Amino acid sequence: MPVAKVNGVDVEFEPGMTVLQVAERAGEEIPRFCYHERLSIAGNCRMCLVEVKPGPPKPQASCALPAADGQEIFTDTPMVKKAREGVMEFLLINHPLDCPICDQGGECDLQDQAMGYGRDGSRYAENKRAVEEKHMGPTIKTYMTRCIQCTRCVRFITEVAGVPDIGMISRGESAEITTYLESSVNSELSGNVNDLCPVGALTHRPWAYHYRPWELKKTETIDVMDALGSNIRADYRGSEVMRILPRVHEGINEEWLSDKSRYVVDGLTTRRLDRPFVRENGKLRAATWDEALGVVADKLKAAAADRIGVVAGDLQDAESMKAALDLFRALGSPHTDCRQDGVALGGDAREGWLFNSGLAGIEAADAVLIVGADPRVEAPLLNTRLRKSWLAGKTQIALIGEQVDLSYDYNWLGAGSKILSKLPKAAADMLSNAERPAIIVGAGALAGENGPAVLNALGALAKKHGVVSDGWNGFNVLHTAASRVAGLDMGFVPGEGGLSAIDMVKKGKLDVLVLLGADEIDASASGAFTVYVGSHGDRGAHGADVILPGAAYTEKSGLYVNTEGRVQMAERVVFPKGQAKEDWAILRALSERVGQTLPYDTLDQLRLRLMTDHVTFGRIDYLAPAAAFDPSKLGTKGDLGDVAFASPVRDPYLSNPIARASATMAELSAQRIAPVAMAAE
Amino acid sequence: MISRIKQTVKGALLVDAVGAFFLTFGYLLKPKMTVNYPFERNPQSPRFRGEHALRRYPNGEERCIACKLCEAICPAQAITIESEPRADGSRRTTRYDIDMVKCIYCGLCQEACPVDAIVEGPNSEFATETREELYFDKARLLDNGDRWERQIARNLEMDAPYR
Repeated sequence: MPVAKVNGVDVEFEPGMTVLQVAERAGEEIPRFCYHERLSIAGNCRMCLVEVKPGPPKPQASCALPAADGQEIFTDTPMVKKAREGVMEFLLINHPLDCPICDQGGECDLQDQAMGYGRDGSRYAENKRAVEEKHMGPTIKTYMTRCIQCTRCVRFITEVAGVPDIGMISRGESAEITTYLESSVNSELSGNVNDLCPVGALTHRPWAYHYRPWELKKTETIDVMDALGSNIRADYRGSEVMRILPRVHEGINEEWLSDKSRYVVDGLTTRRLDRPFVRENGKLRAATWDEALGVVADKLKAAAADRIGVVAGDLQDAESMKAALDLFRALGSPHTDCRQDGVALGGDAREGWLFNSGLAGIEAADAVLIVGADPRVEAPLLNTRLRKSWLAGKTQIALIGEQVDLSYDYNWLGAGSKILSKLPKAAADMLSNAERPAIIVGAGALAGENGPAVLNALGALAKKHGVVSDGWNGFNVLHTAASRVAGLDMGFVPGEGGLSAIDMVKKGKLDVLVLLGADEIDASASGAFTVYVGSHGDRGAHGADVILPGAAYTEKSGLYVNTEGRVQMAERVVFPKGQAKEDWAILRALSERVGQTLPYDTLDQLRLRLMTDHVTFGRIDYLAPAAAFDPSKLGTKGDLGDVAFASPVRDPYLSNPIARASATMAELSAQRIAPVAMAAE
Repeated sequence: MISRIKQTVKGALLVDAVGAFFLTFGYLLKPKMTVNYPFERNPQSPRFRGEHALRRYPNGEERCIACKLCEAICPAQAITIESEPRADGSRRTTRYDIDMVKCIYCGLCQEACPVDAIVEGPNSEFATETREELYFDKARLLDNGDRWERQIARNLEMDAPYR
């Protein structure tokens, strides 16, 4: 490996690295505004100047200079310091000194670096430049006078998000960052530009002016808005979560976060269930825990064992599902299900419902067939990975399902199940010729009557085209619910003779139905005595006869398994609202009243039980390597029919109770349905 | 021995007691050091740190921009601020509370304020009968500002050359 000297210390580096990266490897911190390791190199802020020998006797921008063998790099000479101070002075010429009203204040790169390289006073007596504010949609608040033209936002939106909506116009002093005709940025990742902005030009609109960064306490936890389990940091003040920011996890979300996961925070404080309710004469009235639990216990005891059932929702933690499963099995009921959308998954091998290649692993695939999924809507950060490998020219992508804009080109094969019986030759060749072919199957293809047949057909396809081979497993199921894999892993599916979720809510099937945070299923026609355990007054709670208030995902510690089968532990950020309790504790209390006391008194005991019964839960943040498995045994052979696949997530911003309670999500949804009309020049 | 005799004689003749009478009568004739408060007052420094006030600009707009620097610097954590965008989009406080019982009148809040919004005015006479009355809210602080603006402005002006 080539070697360079950084401030007199030898550092080995890989060919192709820049001087900045080499200096970082030596532990030297180089100030920068425009350089970002996940974006292309722009080299326009000039803050990263260093001295390089051999070379011209002037400072060089280290971010854009390839390192060479035997190079000497100096990062702390008087020349470097003077050069950076000069750059800082130029940057501050047109930067307004409005830090007190700027939301970036306290966590601003420019502020921090001005402490190191700034002068104490200004020598600039002329008028400062002023730039009009731009409209960039409901997530981005602009204050363009503060912009230092680093173009990180432009590069992110163009390269990573794949919607070239933001750009820079004019040059010199009149250079401005703007959107095309000042329309909104139509990206599901737009919030990331606010994170990337090194100054306060782009800030988060939904929580603008609500807090100062130094007031917030931080808890690292896991997101549940999609099935990826993005790593997040929830910042709270008092009893309120103020904002959600991404954490770096190379295997899942890199350092991005989708708008839904980020801006759903205001939904955590509105429409909350904060006390138990009991329906009396057709109206819900507030009740005590004692009373509400008593009513539920009486109903459960009075009903026959095969006339009670439980449906688990999309945002549930594994512990509460385990408690519910244990309780209903103890009561003798086979009617348990975690699949509100009725996908044909669950049963034998775990590989049958996992995203086996892994989210990072999908970048290695050279041919991807997407079936009945809209990754851009269902899992935006998976979509960025597909786009990344597509951009690098490594992957061919084909799609069966709705013809949607995925921000990259794909070969559209057909709308639905009919095409599966015989793939067009081009698509079949694409898979068989590929070294590491992958199939991504979404819930859209597996829900409905012929779901098992579709799954079987896909399994056969996978086997035929070598999607599962030695050391590579490209059979990928993309879930839409954060709780789904955990539910399937622990067998939260109908037991012997049990009804599926969709059958449970049919008229007259059950006497008592417990909805454990299940809001996406319509139980109004069932006629059963309905108990809702959950955090938000949403669809499930509206029709319930008893409401037991539970905790939202930021209010309890719980295990979540993401779509690739990675178990992750979410931490409690704040306490549940009002009298609400953690979901597992509610079920534990209920079990005592029905005379089937669950054998755990603390969350740790429950967790231990969960990990003993299902060993996969025992390894946190662990991704199992590709295991041998026969995809052709999945599902049941049957008539494929001719069904057009449609993603079950019709509106990603209104797909769960927390999102439906959020004003920001409503705004984003409105913009998605009716984008701002543009003149047709 | 000699000193003990001296002490005995002094004590017998009441020398110290008589001296004390002279001292007392001497002060009766000298000019008085105390003032007849509240009818008379001692002079006050323009830097006097009394009751807090939130000031306004001459056009009536409140100065405070909710930067929360005063809240951050307050060593007694007596200040509580909540903020959000006002209808016109500007950054404003929705809540500005000072717990005057916690406050130690150190003046760091007015030092920190970039817009001279929060100031400690010249008023030191705001004793109350109940504790609750000393929990000042934004309306009370703005009201103080309106009431004392002339003196506050004059004090700031007088102190300005030394800042």
